[in-house]
Amino acid sequence: MTQEITTTAPTPVSKTNDPIIEIKKLYKSFGSNEVLKGVTFSVNKGENLVVLGKSGSGKSITIKCIVGLIIADEGEINVFGTDITKIDTNELNEIRVRIGFLFQNAALYDSMSVRENLGFTLKRHAKDLSAEELENQIKDVLESVGLSEAIDQMPSELSGGMRKRIGLARTLILKPEIILYDEPTTGLDTITSREISELLLEIQKKHKTSSIIITHDMACAKHTADRLVILKDGIIHAEGTYEELEKSEDEWVRSFFL
Amino acid sequence: MNSIVAAKKESIITYLKETFNDVGKITLFTMRFFKEVVKPPYEIKEFIKQCYVIGYKSLPLVTITGFIMGLVLTLQSRPTLAKFGAESWLPSMVALSLIREIAPVITALICAGKVSSGIGAELGSMKVTEQIDAMEVSAINPYKYLVVTRILATTLMIPLLVFYADGIGIIGGYVGINIHSDVNMYRYLSQVLESITFLDIFPATMKTFFFGFFIGMIGCYKGFNAANGTESVGKAANSAVVTASLTIFIIDMLAVQITDLFF
Repeated sequence: MTQEITTTAPTPVSKTNDPIIEIKKLYKSFGSNEVLKGVTFSVNKGENLVVLGKSGSGKSITIKCIVGLIIADEGEINVFGTDITKIDTNELNEIRVRIGFLFQNAALYDSMSVRENLGFTLKRHAKDLSAEELENQIKDVLESVGLSEAIDQMPSELSGGMRKRIGLARTLILKPEIILYDEPTTGLDTITSREISELLLEIQKKHKTSSIIITHDMACAKHTADRLVILKDGIIHAEGTYEELEKSEDEWVRSFFL
Repeated sequence: MNSIVAAKKESIITYLKETFNDVGKITLFTMRFFKEVVKPPYEIKEFIKQCYVIGYKSLPLVTITGFIMGLVLTLQSRPTLAKFGAESWLPSMVALSLIREIAPVITALICAGKVSSGIGAELGSMKVTEQIDAMEVSAINPYKYLVVTRILATTLMIPLLVFYADGIGIIGGYVGINIHSDVNMYRYLSQVLESITFLDIFPATMKTFFFGFFIGMIGCYKGFNAANGTESVGKAANSAVVTASLTIFIIDMLAVQITDLFF
């Protein structure tokens, strides 16, 4: 069951040319399999950057490196001006709190209700909150993803689209400045995909977030991207706006837009 | 021929490398427990929840197995003791066997099957569905929340379950004795209590803490390190039971040797 959300036409978000994430010459191998071979790109403040590429091209690996879930072999990852490859776990955790991550399957905690899923993270980072304030914040964030009625449901009772929204709500509850989306519309029907894409824009507008969106869904890419980068053979093969890349002279790049 | 020998040699070297690698990883995983357990914040609520799940929820199983242990041990030992005219020693023998060896080992094995596999499967499925990663990116220490609480709970609950199994086993022994003769409860318990000393209880209790620690540790390690894919959840659960059961026997063997040396 997905609830239709009312969205207004997105108004331009203030974007600057200050990079909030800067990745320089990122390398990552798994045994003999070299996945990233010098990936370099940046995300500006307030920008939605869509990352495209074939399955296994290292898109998810790249964003997992940004939050330190995977340790890169070589390269720089500057987030909020700090190279996260050179800091300890405590410093990394301070940065992680400012970054939201929506996993491909939402990764909701199975044993907890929606309320507990949201409260679990918040309680540990905002210890001064009273029970009432905690409840209000949970309700607010659920309202912002259009799922207030799901507060007492268990993750197993939610549809794919609802899970993504709750995952997004759990991400938003810490008021992140950056959100990393790992295939936010994969496995959803066209209508729900469209709703999620609109929600992504709505979040960018309302919370003034910068985002990296990994997707295979070109409708989502078209709808949400300020800029796109395409990964091929472990490096950034092409970069530009949707319109620029759609008209690219490179046949391989154009094949994404067919 | 030479190529077959070389291939065999290569596979043995690979196996040894993997084994040493695994031992190294388990050691680091265990050392991390001692580092994290003392560091705040403390996940008290989760610890209490795990005590409930591991301790209270295992009671029916431990009750049934404990009772059957006592009953069967009595019925099986009775004919042999009767041959030597030592039937009157039956309550003492049953109590000592239960307390020193049978109840700790059987209860630990039952818990290895129920608890260790449960932890392995639960954490394995959390790993595969990226729930552990989700905690980590939210700047929550998943090791502290998931592993420390479970290991502490098994370390505390398994000895309590063993005490409980001892009691139930002794009751089972009483029922077993009364199938063939008529012994009153007071006389039976007096004989049981007279035969048990501190030196019977202390080493047996000490080893159950180690049983509990390793049941939790192995379940957590296997689950926490499950590979991606649903198949690995089953493998983690299965491997947790096998490894935990084997570890229980090894600890038991060491405990007996140490007990012999010191007591």
